[in-house]
Amino acid sequence: MVDDTLLSIRGLKIEATSYPPGEPAREVTLVHGVDLTLKRGRVLGLIGESGAGKSTIGLSAMAYGRGGVRLTGGTIRLNGRDIRQAGPQDLRSLRGREVTYVAQSAAAAFNPAKRLMEQVIEASLAHGLMSRPEAEARAISLFRKLGLPNPDGFGNRYPHQVSGGQLQRAMTAMALCPRPDLVIFDEPTTALDVTTQIDVLAAIKEAIRDTHVAALYITHDLAVVAQVSDEIMVLRHGRMVEIGPTAQIIHDPQQDYTRALVSVRSLEHVEKPPAPPVLQVEGITARYRGTHFDVLKRVTVDLPPGQTLAVVGESGSGKSTLARVITGLLPPSAGRITFAGRVLSPDLKGRSRDDLREIQMIYQMADTAMNPRQTVGTLIGRPLEFYFGLRGAERDRRVQELLDEIEMGKGYAQRYPAELSGGQKQRVCIARALAAKPRLIICDEVTSALDPLVADGILKLLLNLQALEKVAYLFITHDLATVKAIADKIAVMYKGEVVRYGQKSDVLAPPFDNYTDLLLSSVPEMEIGWLEQVIAHRKMESAGN
Amino acid sequence: MRPPLSALIGLTLTGLFLFSAVFAQWIAPYPIDASAGKVWEGPSADYWLGTDSIGRDILSRLIYGGQVTIFVALASSALAFSMGAFLGFLAAVSGGFVDQLLSRIVDLVMAIPSLIVALVMLSVLPLNLTVLILVMGILDSTRVFRLSRAVAMDIAVMDYVEAARLRGEGGTWVIFREILPNALSPLVAEFGLRFIFAVLFISTLSFLGLGVQPPLSDWGGMVKENKDGLIFGKPAALLPAAAIAALAISVNLVADWVLTRTSSLKGGRGG
Repeated sequence: MVDDTLLSIRGLKIEATSYPPGEPAREVTLVHGVDLTLKRGRVLGLIGESGAGKSTIGLSAMAYGRGGVRLTGGTIRLNGRDIRQAGPQDLRSLRGREVTYVAQSAAAAFNPAKRLMEQVIEASLAHGLMSRPEAEARAISLFRKLGLPNPDGFGNRYPHQVSGGQLQRAMTAMALCPRPDLVIFDEPTTALDVTTQIDVLAAIKEAIRDTHVAALYITHDLAVVAQVSDEIMVLRHGRMVEIGPTAQIIHDPQQDYTRALVSVRSLEHVEKPPAPPVLQVEGITARYRGTHFDVLKRVTVDLPPGQTLAVVGESGSGKSTLARVITGLLPPSAGRITFAGRVLSPDLKGRSRDDLREIQMIYQMADTAMNPRQTVGTLIGRPLEFYFGLRGAERDRRVQELLDEIEMGKGYAQRYPAELSGGQKQRVCIARALAAKPRLIICDEVTSALDPLVADGILKLLLNLQALEKVAYLFITHDLATVKAIADKIAVMYKGEVVRYGQKSDVLAPPFDNYTDLLLSSVPEMEIGWLEQVIAHRKMESAGN
Repeated sequence: MRPPLSALIGLTLTGLFLFSAVFAQWIAPYPIDASAGKVWEGPSADYWLGTDSIGRDILSRLIYGGQVTIFVALASSALAFSMGAFLGFLAAVSGGFVDQLLSRIVDLVMAIPSLIVALVMLSVLPLNLTVLILVMGILDSTRVFRLSRAVAMDIAVMDYVEAARLRGEGGTWVIFREILPNALSPLVAEFGLRFIFAVLFISTLSFLGLGVQPPLSDWGGMVKENKDGLIFGKPAALLPAAAIAALAISVNLVADWVLTRTSSLKGGRGG
């Protein structure tokens, strides 16, 4: 019998030096003895939240530790030899030849000064695997296989001349070009819009199948990994939680943690009936200074008090610009905004303190939304001081009340943002917004940067607070699962226009316009074979037209 | 965390210079202008570093000269920083007309070599320490302006600054509470470098005769007084020159260390 084991990792231990702020450096263990086996031509999905060690384990398959990470124990056998002990010479001949890597951000991974072809065939030439004409021919055939436009001329372009989805596919071509035995895909579709993600995902899956390459597919999205992998390993805090065939993990998870991951998108929200609006946006058209096209075109939406309007669309659709117009950061060129019965000044400078207080904002990146040199107490206390003149003990008491409301309890007021977890940071931002006693909170992708379970907690908290404080949310997101979980009304935006708008039940019910249909059908579902179904369905439709 | 060897050397030397400058009156073996020995004597038990062109103890003059050099350099750097940083932050936060006006004025000043500007200004103004500090501080503040404007520009686009604006905060809060604490680390490291340039600048001016005036003395002036001795093989001029170099290098070592420790603009390991 021929042994078809490609990669075998036993008792892998990975350590790094951590530099916590204000404390001495210390050693931390990132991965505590993980085992995995990968056979030739198979795909193993590594899934877990941030800090689970999935990328670290993935990169160990080429005996690489990123940024001071050290592989300190265990064996990593690739093609029968232990590569953890290998010298630099061996590693150099291994990387880019037997094992290749596809990074999350293709835009950051390509050299902007070189043409794509040059970079795609670089590893094949450097390792002397093929001659330049051979390598170019192979690259072109890979471009064709990955569904890139004009495969013959594609390689002549520079990275900035192609879209994000195309760049990600070019990177996959780069990884496949030297005919490796193993490709590590590190969140290759996470940074893409859903409508783009589906194409890239289908292209990657087809390429893996056709080239019989083995792959480690790293992602935090269970629905995505279910489409491409044969087996799934669930990781948490550097330890394996569960491993099994994809169908078993999806339909019959054995561990509580996996069960939570599988059910994370099942939050449902009962839509509230229509009511007179607190916020009316009428015919807003806006453009950025120095540009010559409208980012928003005649946008008209409204939002009743205590309800949630979800604004959905892909990047560049103008949804964040809408938030900037409502807050007054970007005065519109036409249209008007009415809030609580009064017409708001288009410019931030013309707004009264009450106008400012009643509209609060929560950002996507809680990290940059909080001054790293202010304590939680200052961050939450400042609006209290600024709007209500609270001082001293009175202020501290109210800060603690707010911390209780966001379920964080005592002992946090003295901490700095760097000492909080991602979910806690976002909670503090919510508390800061609530401190102003607003009637409207604009939530700009507030859960996109968070792990699914943490995001779930934030959404639940927001819903509870809405019931308690009767505050309205304008919820900007690209994630339809989030929309279903929280919205009463939905506005679908595409290229600066609202293409579909109404109560949630109406917007999510057929018949759909083309774009909404595309958007809705692109959201990965936790179901094996979903990807093939959608692709087949789309092919049929385009053939029918 | 223990500082690296280079930083330790820098800290020790800088500390030594500061100590001797502050306690000059008690440390120096002779008064500043006591003509004690013969002209250009070599090192001896009485005069550890020998005597200068008119027979004064070089060690004592080095100690007193260091006091003047370091004080003038510190005062002018402090002035340059308070002016430059405030205006730089203001330009970054206000943008538009204010930014254009301030930046163009700074461009104008920087377009002329600062030594020439200083020479012209000092030839027409009365020569005393206050004027000297003012001239050097104002000229140096242009560089600090550039740096603080750039640093503040990076910070001003952060969401937390936008959040403060949306809250309705005024410029004072934004500059002093949101931007300044986050810009402090790169500015502190820059302070060290600007201080060195100030030392070199004041030494240059004194060497040219437009800096510190007798009876006060600084290191640049001492090089000037003793430079003729070099022709006769008397090394008295080299000692103050070496002191200038040693101070510059030691402060540089410290600044380097501070800079590597606080390389992140976003807080990070700074602190």
